[in-house]
Amino acid sequence: MIAIPPGGIDCDIHPAVPGLGALLPYLADHWRESVVQRGMHELESIAYPKNAPLTSRPDWRGAGGLPGGDLDQLRAQALGPFGTSLAICNCLYGVQLLFSEDLAAGFASAINDWVRREWLDPEPRLRASIVVPVQNPEMAVNEIERLAADKRFVQILMLVMGEMPLGRRHYWPIYAAAERHGLPIGIHAGSGYRHPVTGVGWPSYYSEDYANQAVAFQSALTSLVCEGVFAKFPGLKVVLIESGFTWLPAHLWRLNKFWRGLRMEVPWVDRPPAEIVRDHVRLTLQPVDSPPQHEQLERLMEHMGSDAMLLFSTDYPHWHFEGTQALPEGLPGALIHKIMVDNPRATYARLTEALA
Amino acid sequence: MSRHVIAATRDLPPGGRRVVTIKGRAIAIFNIAGEYFGLLNRCPHQGGNLGEGRLIGLVESGEPGDYRYSRPGEILRCPWHGWEFDLRSGRSRCDPARIQAKCFAVRVAPGEALGEGDYVLETFPVTVEENYVVVEV
Repeated sequence: MIAIPPGGIDCDIHPAVPGLGALLPYLADHWRESVVQRGMHELESIAYPKNAPLTSRPDWRGAGGLPGGDLDQLRAQALGPFGTSLAICNCLYGVQLLFSEDLAAGFASAINDWVRREWLDPEPRLRASIVVPVQNPEMAVNEIERLAADKRFVQILMLVMGEMPLGRRHYWPIYAAAERHGLPIGIHAGSGYRHPVTGVGWPSYYSEDYANQAVAFQSALTSLVCEGVFAKFPGLKVVLIESGFTWLPAHLWRLNKFWRGLRMEVPWVDRPPAEIVRDHVRLTLQPVDSPPQHEQLERLMEHMGSDAMLLFSTDYPHWHFEGTQALPEGLPGALIHKIMVDNPRATYARLTEALA
Repeated sequence: MSRHVIAATRDLPPGGRRVVTIKGRAIAIFNIAGEYFGLLNRCPHQGGNLGEGRLIGLVESGEPGDYRYSRPGEILRCPWHGWEFDLRSGRSRCDPARIQAKCFAVRVAPGEALGEGDYVLETFPVTVEENYVVVEV
């Protein structure tokens, strides 16, 4: 077992909205009344069913059964035991699923204000991603502009599957705002459920949905590269969250291969895609999808061709490991400090900036 | 290095191409708008016959959506995997520093000069009135 060195930066934890009621004080009057009058229910997607083991480690389930719903609990479970110096909160609440752009914008603002008041204000070790209404990039930019001055917001959160491939120009105003404010785009596993996780229709089982998230990440990454997002926004960084990373070397090899023969159709991709990805893209550690043997993991790191890409994460409260064993066996010793401190700092400039 | 006369210019007009074997090496000769180019007929990637590749222009870009087109016909695509090679340098577009097709100098010489130098006249007759395509190998 690899001991966790203190002072690490956890790049993915999940405080949970305890219920729609918790957001009411942060909603505008019209939306608050609408929620009550319509009898709206929780904006939960099917991604993390309450009783699924993956949804929470048994010892992390709170008294009410809601994992990650309580600040004291999060301090005791996610921060203290790992010696975490800073942790980035990615609030997964189904704002991205709503069909009304206005309602999505209202809820995104409410969630961000709730995170700020209930989590960031009382706990100085916490940072957060800005939840945006991806349904409407203009509204998403407004939300980014509203919050960008608060340096505790260190990232913009999107889901890997939305209305269309993430590289399309439709989304570029969001990327322009991200670059302007030094905010990486965090792309989290998950879906707005506009489209099935496969290209040919809906799967039947959770096993398929979970495994196929990696394919969705490959598609999103390919789209970002080929549509020229990193050529247009050279200062932009993208963090793939809960993507796994073992698929990356093989996929980049494949993408490089096709680019060599088809470069002329994407002339703005003026160097091999793998190089672009190594410069602009980072991936969080948990859930680790690598084989457990030392030699295999070291080989995989060689294939990734960079020691700057992985960012430490526990994915609290989701259940991927026991105790504090968040670092996989076989992780080369020299990588540990990079993954836990150097790489997160290099990715999120705001982590080292003085707070306004 | 020797100079080999491979054709009369009128037999290799603009848009024409021909693969010739000199000193055991297959060389693809192209006439692009009156200018001649020669490449080893073997892609440095996996050996595709470059002499059978399509010719396209050079496409560059300042940013996504911007297509700067120049040098029509001067970029050769290997028929096997589509990799691009610059006829002027042999350099690939995907990895110009490491992956290059071997180039050969091709020029035009008047028939009257062919008797004077060390030209290798393959097996066709030469007249002083005509111009000829000469490859240095």
